[in-house]
Amino acid sequence: MTDTASTPARTDSPPEPGLGERTIREILGSSNAAVTVLAFVAAMVVGGILIAIADPDTRTASSYFFSYPWDTFTDGFKAIGNGYWAMFQGAIFNPHTAAQGTLSGYLGPISETLTNATPLILGGLSVGLAFRAGLFNIGGQGQIIAGAVFAGYVGFAWHLPFIIHVIVAVIAGTIGGAIWGGLAGLLKAKTGAHEVITTIMLNYVALNALGYLLSVRGFQAPPYGQAISNSVDPNAMLWKLFGSSMRVNAGLFLALGAAVFMWWLLTRSTLGFKLRAVGANQFAARTAGIKVERGYIVVMLLAGGLAGLAGVTQILGTNGQITGDIDAGIGFDAITVALLGRAKAGPTVLAGLLFGALRAGGIQMQSNTGTPVDLVEVVQALIVLFIAAPGLVRAIFRLRGSGGGGEALAKGWNG
Amino acid sequence: MSVAVQDPSRPEPFVADVVSRRMSPRRRIGAGIALVVVGLLCALLLGLGSRAGYDARFDLANGGEYFTVPQIVVPARVSAFILGAVVVVLGCYQALRGFGRVGLRWAIGIAILAFLLTFLCWSTTGAPDQHIDMLGVLEQSLFLSIPLILGALAGLMCERSGVINVAIEGQMLAGAWAGALVGSVVSNLYIGVLGALVVGGLMGWLLAVFAIRYLVNQVVLGVVLNVLALGLTGFLYDALMQPDTATLNSPAVFQDVAVPVLSQIPVVGPLLFDQTVIVYLTYALIIAVDVALFRTRWGLRARAVGEHPRAADTVGINVLRVRYRNVILGGAVAGLAGANLTIGAIGGFSKNISSGMGFIALAAVIFGRWSPRGAVAAALLFGFASEMQNLLSSITTPVAIPSYFMAMLPYVATIFAVAGLVGRVRAPAADGEPYVKG
Repeated sequence: MTDTASTPARTDSPPEPGLGERTIREILGSSNAAVTVLAFVAAMVVGGILIAIADPDTRTASSYFFSYPWDTFTDGFKAIGNGYWAMFQGAIFNPHTAAQGTLSGYLGPISETLTNATPLILGGLSVGLAFRAGLFNIGGQGQIIAGAVFAGYVGFAWHLPFIIHVIVAVIAGTIGGAIWGGLAGLLKAKTGAHEVITTIMLNYVALNALGYLLSVRGFQAPPYGQAISNSVDPNAMLWKLFGSSMRVNAGLFLALGAAVFMWWLLTRSTLGFKLRAVGANQFAARTAGIKVERGYIVVMLLAGGLAGLAGVTQILGTNGQITGDIDAGIGFDAITVALLGRAKAGPTVLAGLLFGALRAGGIQMQSNTGTPVDLVEVVQALIVLFIAAPGLVRAIFRLRGSGGGGEALAKGWNG
Repeated sequence: MSVAVQDPSRPEPFVADVVSRRMSPRRRIGAGIALVVVGLLCALLLGLGSRAGYDARFDLANGGEYFTVPQIVVPARVSAFILGAVVVVLGCYQALRGFGRVGLRWAIGIAILAFLLTFLCWSTTGAPDQHIDMLGVLEQSLFLSIPLILGALAGLMCERSGVINVAIEGQMLAGAWAGALVGSVVSNLYIGVLGALVVGGLMGWLLAVFAIRYLVNQVVLGVVLNVLALGLTGFLYDALMQPDTATLNSPAVFQDVAVPVLSQIPVVGPLLFDQTVIVYLTYALIIAVDVALFRTRWGLRARAVGEHPRAADTVGINVLRVRYRNVILGGAVAGLAGANLTIGAIGGFSKNISSGMGFIALAAVIFGRWSPRGAVAAALLFGFASEMQNLLSSITTPVAIPSYFMAMLPYVATIFAVAGLVGRVRAPAADGEPYVKG
């Protein structure tokens, strides 16, 4: 392990990565598809062990492990099998509900996966876009809250005709997120304040501002006992795709559209090229005449807008009312999505779908087998941890290949 | 960059002179204007805002001391004017002549204190005959500050040696969980603390391995480790502790231990010397980290590794070993901060019990400019700000202030600090940059 890790990755690294690829390499270290798959496998194995630990039968059996060791294993594997089978049922296909023959019986699990994936994809795109310009957007939480507040306010306070209301609310939410993200970009451009620090702090500012808003008349829903906002007009809700019995909504198209936009922006537009240049090497970019500071502001506006859209899909797509936990952990999960998606549009969509499936499956697993849904967070964190450290995965699976991590080193607070 | 510049609180006279002269006029005047604004806020907003003729009353005794400090009664409005005027004068002097860096730090400290006092005076004038149990407020502030102080020290130990620690939150959470679990199973609180230290240290070790050996980006790593800790403690809480609360999640709680003699000094005694063992341990750690970082070989090496690892390597310091050691120690200290949340305060563990305190601690590290004294001062200030939320909901103020705005204060203050509105903060030069020999 030590050997592979300490060997500099020069001999067999792939030839000349592109600009953006190199930035991601700085953030993630070099890894490839095999490592990604193996990281997933390793995380699922650890998750399985946790399922077995959580299973009361397995724990009982392990108390007499030295008399009948086999019991522990059979019970453990049964628990793991049941757990992951329940996850599959919750996320992809459930034969029990399908047997009822209704449409929601067949498509219900897929609908849940897509619903959960929608904000994750948008959040992942937000974080990924900032990565490409060399910035860390840890502020997804704050931007999602800002987006949800703006969209929600327009949704319940204004009364506009059908279609127009949705469009205006979506735009308002995007602007809200963009303001919150742009603030961090502006601070970085004007004062050099590190965006990681400012975005983390802005998260908590947003969280408290939301707490305040949820205690104010005009925002809070009568009878003012709970911290919950007024309900968004039905006109402003994103329409359901498979009928009212399933939650999947037009927010999915927003997410896919945003992915196409990001792909176009980064690979086909001048602005995207400039942003990637800033991310690859800000000094070279400056020398080439690119306005780096403006790049910071623009990319954080865009990233904030994307995260704001995630907030929009939360409030206009599923929840309908703003609550204190409207963010639902998506802000931080988005970082894992972006990392798994390597900050590229297409893979980020896939990563969002995967984590959306894990979330949907986790809920089913909890209700079927009683295994806590927090397992999903653990698996998610482990996947990213393993992917970010390809040397570790190669060591576990005894693969050959470039060891170590990113040969180009990450920047610190002062960078 | 010379070493003395990183530690302006203790520079040699000559160096201090050079450094203070280097402060640009623009920054000097900016800081002066900021102070004047604070002074005017005190005098005009809070002074005129408080009702004329009302007195502010503060209780500073709880009865167990050698002699009882009488209730302090001051005219609210006049005090606000005086304190505001003092700050305005300081600001004018700063703008025109300029204090040195060290002097400016004192001036900022005085301005913050003046603002807090004026604010307290103002807040009592909402209704007649209100008084503030100042001793209680201070005790609560300290109580809320302890985890922040410990978390900040943890962050400091990592970052001074060049490893960014965004995972303080996760380390705290893991420590809180382990403290409650071990303390409950073994029914011995000291072993519970030990468990928290070990598990916190393990989280630190994870950070160290991935950051130092696998060169994973440290900010990403910190965020991921937080998600991991939140998920893992939540999972294990639901799966193991929740169904069997009696044996696995009902530890005893550390009781206050009064230090003989010292605890009977008025004000200071009940505040500082009638506390739990963890608090005394915190005092020791504050002093130990401050002394160790600036007065010992360990500290010199740690700082060298954090500022210029290649130079440190050249003179024979094992950079990676120093970093491993500091990050693991830092994790353990953050674990202690977590233990303080469970077995130091309420006993049992609950999901996400740290609820963002690790990030406030990170803010304290930054706001305190990566120095132990600054970080502790910032942590105390942030603890006081959170206690103000409770205070404001229990008394009538002239204008109702939603507690949420008080809760925002640490974060807004940190944004101002990193944006350099009152002097730019600077991280250790190599903070966050992995070191590869060769």
